[in-house]
Amino acid sequence: MQHVLWLVPTLPLLGSIVLMLGTGRLSHRAEALIGVLSVGLAAVIVFAIAGAFLLDPPAGAAYQQALWRWFAVGHFSFGLALRVDPLSLLMMLITSGVGFLIHLFSTEFMEGEDGYGRFFAYLNLFVAAMLLLVMADNFLALYAGWEGVGLCSYLLIGFWWRDPANGLAARKAFIVTRVGDTAFLIGLLLIASRLGTLNIAGAMRDAAHTWHVGSPAATLIAFLLLGGAVGKSAQLPLQTWLPDAMAGPTPVSALIHAATMVTAGVYLIARTHVLFLLAPAAEITVGIVGAATLLLAGFSALAQNDIKRILAYSTMSQIGYMFLALGVGAWRAAMFHFMTHAFFKALLFLSAGTVTMRLHHEQDIYRMGGLARRLPAAFWSFLIGSAALAALPLITSGFYSKEAILSGAWADGNGGRVLWLAGVIGAFVTGIYIFRAVFIAFFGEEHTHVSGSYGWRVIVPLLVLSVLSLVGGFIELPSAFGHVTLLSRLLAPVLPPTREVTDITPLLLASAASILGIALAAVLYWRPSRPPAETPLWRFWHGAAGFDLLYDRLLVRPVIWAARVDRDDFIDSFYDGIAWATQALHRAIRRTQTGRVRLYAASLAIGSVGLIAIAVLR
Amino acid sequence: MATVPLDQGLLLAAILFALGLVGVLVRRNLLFMLMSLEVMLNAAGVAFIVAGARWASPDGQIMFILVLTLAAAEVSVGLALILLMHRRIPTLDADAGDGLRG
Amino acid sequence: MNATFVISAIIAIVATAMMITRPSAVHGLLYLTVSLLAVALVFFVLGAPFAAALEVIIYAGAIMVLFVFVIMMLNIGEEAARLESSWLHPATWFGPSILALLLAIELGAVAISGGLPHPASAVISAHAVGVALVGPYMLAVELASFLLLAGLVAAFHLGRSVMGTD
Repeated sequence: MQHVLWLVPTLPLLGSIVLMLGTGRLSHRAEALIGVLSVGLAAVIVFAIAGAFLLDPPAGAAYQQALWRWFAVGHFSFGLALRVDPLSLLMMLITSGVGFLIHLFSTEFMEGEDGYGRFFAYLNLFVAAMLLLVMADNFLALYAGWEGVGLCSYLLIGFWWRDPANGLAARKAFIVTRVGDTAFLIGLLLIASRLGTLNIAGAMRDAAHTWHVGSPAATLIAFLLLGGAVGKSAQLPLQTWLPDAMAGPTPVSALIHAATMVTAGVYLIARTHVLFLLAPAAEITVGIVGAATLLLAGFSALAQNDIKRILAYSTMSQIGYMFLALGVGAWRAAMFHFMTHAFFKALLFLSAGTVTMRLHHEQDIYRMGGLARRLPAAFWSFLIGSAALAALPLITSGFYSKEAILSGAWADGNGGRVLWLAGVIGAFVTGIYIFRAVFIAFFGEEHTHVSGSYGWRVIVPLLVLSVLSLVGGFIELPSAFGHVTLLSRLLAPVLPPTREVTDITPLLLASAASILGIALAAVLYWRPSRPPAETPLWRFWHGAAGFDLLYDRLLVRPVIWAARVDRDDFIDSFYDGIAWATQALHRAIRRTQTGRVRLYAASLAIGSVGLIAIAVLR
Repeated sequence: MATVPLDQGLLLAAILFALGLVGVLVRRNLLFMLMSLEVMLNAAGVAFIVAGARWASPDGQIMFILVLTLAAAEVSVGLALILLMHRRIPTLDADAGDGLRG
Repeated sequence: MNATFVISAIIAIVATAMMITRPSAVHGLLYLTVSLLAVALVFFVLGAPFAAALEVIIYAGAIMVLFVFVIMMLNIGEEAARLESSWLHPATWFGPSILALLLAIELGAVAISGGLPHPASAVISAHAVGVALVGPYMLAVELASFLLLAGLVAAFHLGRSVMGTD
């Protein structure tokens, strides 16, 4: 099994290259086929690897395959090697599996769009980069994958480049995540210089030996890595790009900005959990960032009218939950929630995409309505996804994963209870905002006419994801419900365990919060309602707590002002001064060129007198 | 012949040279400029003769002969050029020939 | 202090000074001739009769006559003299006079401070000069003839278009 590892990222990469080279020459059918099959084959291979891994676990709980030596500098030698341990395996399964379903969906969603082949080329490239990110053996390859997904995110957000607003959104995403990437890179350089290696497993081992708990070096590196994670995962303070990233096509939002890329930050922190355990300050910060973001995003989602923006803020909030889990040491719970979130968030985005597809790309929920009767497939998918998101007790996967997180928070000694409370409030708000969308968009009277139809390529992914959203949670049940620990055992070699909670009270409280939220939404939004009034409070949350405004005032305006001041490039005036001085000298000397012989004779005479004077006076 | 102090001779040469220089620089008439040039050359010749007298050798006179030759050739060519210029612009103003000004 | 020398020197200096200040070309030419004759006398006093003769014959004779010819050809009249006086206002004398004064002082300082001895009162005859010319200075004579040839050809060529013979 070691020897087929390289195929997994390579197949989508090949697909991407073929599509890029063949734009304009291949038919739509061929492009769709190449795009979907490359990811599909990769998914098949991943499943095979997973099967082999589970049936016959390898020594050291990891498959390794070294590919080649990338470069060597001084006494550093970096190779491209792949390492598949349970954590990577989980990420690979989700990326390739959910990725395949979304590719299938987009063959129908993007039908008739200009740049069909380009879309699949970029999407394949994204899958390849993401797989490289999670399979990388050393930090450098991981960073390469990290940058690759950032690039593809930019390319895909700005896919419809003819509208300049999309380009702006793409640039905003790229620049904001760049800030995080820089912090990440500095962290990597510090790891390389302090520990002497960039091999992930090796560095984590050496870190445990070299640094004690609370050491400043480990804390600094952990904070820098957190900075990188925060950028990629759209958490405070680098969260402003995600709502604007909805400018891209809906499958892009589903795959990149819900299921996979934005969880790269969670993956990074889980991978380097050793460092975070050595730096309690950083770990607590992770938890606080997660809690703050989940509340901020939840309240902001309440004030949105665009269905994709509601889902974007929802993603931000759910990743906040994952960060919260990481912050309290519930590592396995975070990965569990990542898995279920990938299922139901992709489902939500795909059903929203189905709706907009049939409504001529109408995205305002107040202009939808009555879709429960007209689009039953979309309605049931969205409903199941919403239930999972709101963690409807017992029957949805979201319930179990959120429970795992909240019980981990409850069990954590230092300040975990506060974070637990934030999580419960968040669950309440989640129920409200998502069911608000359900009731307003799918019930009531029709405001926009439904047209068109969809085929099996839309139905199959929705079906598969719905089933997974419902039953996907059963692989890990809390002790009160039968104590199934399939996922925990899978992740055991990689991630440390969490303290068990046997008290059922927090579980009941959290469940109650979800149900209350759903009920409140039903009370407020069951009857047909108008769009909300634009009060100042509403405007505040609509603008995501004013972060965009803050960054505009704090960062963007000064830069623009400085650029305007330097418009004539006064820094360059030194060199301009040299040119000016030369010209002035030329102008001065030119005055001596009068063409009059007497002046020339006079200059000769002056020179001679001077020279003779020197000779005489010596 | 009674002897002549050499310093006085050289002084004469110096003064004549300086006067010739003034003439070249001040006069705008081309003929006067040429004439002043002749004065300067003549002054150089005086210096040579004085030096030759000091060493009591004919070398000074020989140099003077060469200077004389030079002056003659220069005057002939210079006057021909003045005539040419006068044809083009009917003036003897040296400042009129400033076509090479930058 | 040789009286002849001093008087001749003063005449030469005064004549030169007069020459450079005349508005009329012919007057200037006459003063120049006087200056050259005075210098010839100085040569004679210094014991160089051959050089004195050459000065009179060639300098005051041939070269000045060339100047006279050109003045006649250019037909410079009275209006030119008035133009000249307009060009000769005192301001233009200032700079060159300072310059020439500096030069004279420098050269004079070198001349006077040299501590030069009085020469022997020897007269170097034409014969001695001739012997030296065809002896050690043969090459110089040839070079001088080259120069004269060049001057001849140049004057001829330049003069062709002036005389209208082409």
